[in-house]
Amino acid sequence: MSAHPPTRGAVPPTSVRGAAMRGVVARPGAEAIEAKGWWIAHKWLLLRRVSQLGILALFMVGPWFGWWVVKGNLASSLTLGVLPLTDPFLIAQQAAAGHWPYREALVGGGIVLAFYLLLGGRMFCAWVCPVNLVTDAAAWLRRRLGLKGGKVPSANTRYWLLGFVLVLAAMTGSLAWEWVNPVSMFHRGLIFGFGLSWGIVGGIFFYDLLIAPRGWCGHLCPQGAFYGLIGKSAMLRVSANRRSTCNDCMDCFAVCPEPQVIRPALKGVGQDHPLILDGDCTTCGRCIDVCGKDVFRISTRFDRSES
Amino acid sequence: MSKTQNTSASAPAGTGPAKSRRRFLKDAAGVAGGAGLLALGTGLYSRQASALPATAIRPPGALAEADFLAACVRCGLCVRDCPYDTLKLAVLGDSVATGTPYFEARRIPCEMCEDIPCVAACPTGALDRGLSEIGEARMGLAVLIDQENCLNFLGLRCDVCYRVCPVIDKAITLELVHNPRSDRHAMLLPTVHSDACTGCGKCERSCVLPGESAIKVLPLRLAQGSKAEHYRRGWEEKAEAGGSLIGDQLEMPVRGLEGKAYGDTRVGPGEAPAAAGKPGIDSGWKP
Repeated sequence: MSAHPPTRGAVPPTSVRGAAMRGVVARPGAEAIEAKGWWIAHKWLLLRRVSQLGILALFMVGPWFGWWVVKGNLASSLTLGVLPLTDPFLIAQQAAAGHWPYREALVGGGIVLAFYLLLGGRMFCAWVCPVNLVTDAAAWLRRRLGLKGGKVPSANTRYWLLGFVLVLAAMTGSLAWEWVNPVSMFHRGLIFGFGLSWGIVGGIFFYDLLIAPRGWCGHLCPQGAFYGLIGKSAMLRVSANRRSTCNDCMDCFAVCPEPQVIRPALKGVGQDHPLILDGDCTTCGRCIDVCGKDVFRISTRFDRSES
Repeated sequence: MSKTQNTSASAPAGTGPAKSRRRFLKDAAGVAGGAGLLALGTGLYSRQASALPATAIRPPGALAEADFLAACVRCGLCVRDCPYDTLKLAVLGDSVATGTPYFEARRIPCEMCEDIPCVAACPTGALDRGLSEIGEARMGLAVLIDQENCLNFLGLRCDVCYRVCPVIDKAITLELVHNPRSDRHAMLLPTVHSDACTGCGKCERSCVLPGESAIKVLPLRLAQGSKAEHYRRGWEEKAEAGGSLIGDQLEMPVRGLEGKAYGDTRVGPGEAPAAAGKPGIDSGWKP
């Protein structure tokens, strides 16, 4: 680790590490705002919110104003009457339950699958999934309130759950997970009406806030696990290509929804290059935002350069 | 990193490979158990709640309920393409599988569009495109379920369910029956025929009774009994064999009914006056 010596003493007081040394609640990203300005220090967050809300808006302007750009919901949709899109996670469940869908659903599923195979599976989680708004809000509030600890299930739980979801579909012959899936339930609720589903969304918020930090998206959600597997070999990646300038302020670890993916790239644990190749990385770009030293950037998986 | 214990900091230092393997196996077993329990709960819930309530009718072309639940991704495209807002997606608490489409006939019935847009919209085949004639749809079966309050059964002329039926005179007919109360009027009883009824629910919607309808569309599993295949039906056997299998029935003379066809027990005017006070023709009833 001689390539990037820790620059002790330069840790900003509001950062996670600085605040911990002073015993106060941390404000990760304050240094970045000072160094780059508020807008640049929130660039990826804002782009992401525009993407999430924009996609949601495309679904909503139909029922609200009668402009039918997109019909349906994230499970399956038809854009402008020609472009079918279907969630491959649902097609996987269908196949497990013993049903083979019509061509539209298969074509739509193929398009979505190809998109996330290419760009990064968990970009769905960060850039599209509406539950991200809920869990990000819980994580933000957790940081602001300075809530520590909690009881988090193992991050592998989601892969087991993904396996069980498919087994369950096969055993019951139905899309059993879709009875409770908060992801599709929340999106459908926004577009078609909620009923009691608010309870499930509220449950996730309070679970993440009070019990398990990043508990839902990072540890339980089988849909996220599915997209994580898809994105294992995706092109678009975050690179810690200026890791030599890292001042160990820990802000990126605090804001990252999957902090375990940073260490190998930033600290060179188990790999030489600065690329975050872990499929769990959602490519949300928050680490780029909050880093006052511009350590991270969006790159491709072929770019192993370092500066 | 002395005080700031990060979630990523979990490298077990100084543990032998056997110990770490044991720990891994223990952790994996715990995680698998937890995830399995969660999945089991979901499975039991979906099983327990998968009985469709009687008033919830699936769209035309819907596969049998078990197959439907395997095929429907709950996207709502059928709901969007229904021009009459008939279909809605179940929300949590509706006691219909969350997110699946259904309609309630008493609220908005199916208008039986000729092009069946809901079926065309379904990308997964939960609504079967093999259904090309809406008249072939079997969403449910209308049943005249309350004969006590049905106005036609009271001897009045309502007939609304009959007249709104898109398959009038095939799915619903009016059957002429003697009215024993007035003794000189007819009752025209709305009668549903399962071979033509699509279960669209227009009859249920239009029933003039103020609250619940006297005629209701029920799922086929509730509306129809199971077939008694082990019974031989004499008339079918007879038609098949080209004649009665047991020979013609013997006709025995009945005293007082000579000159009448066998089995005709009707009493003509002046033939045998009814006993006083009993109902029957010439019982003294005046309109």
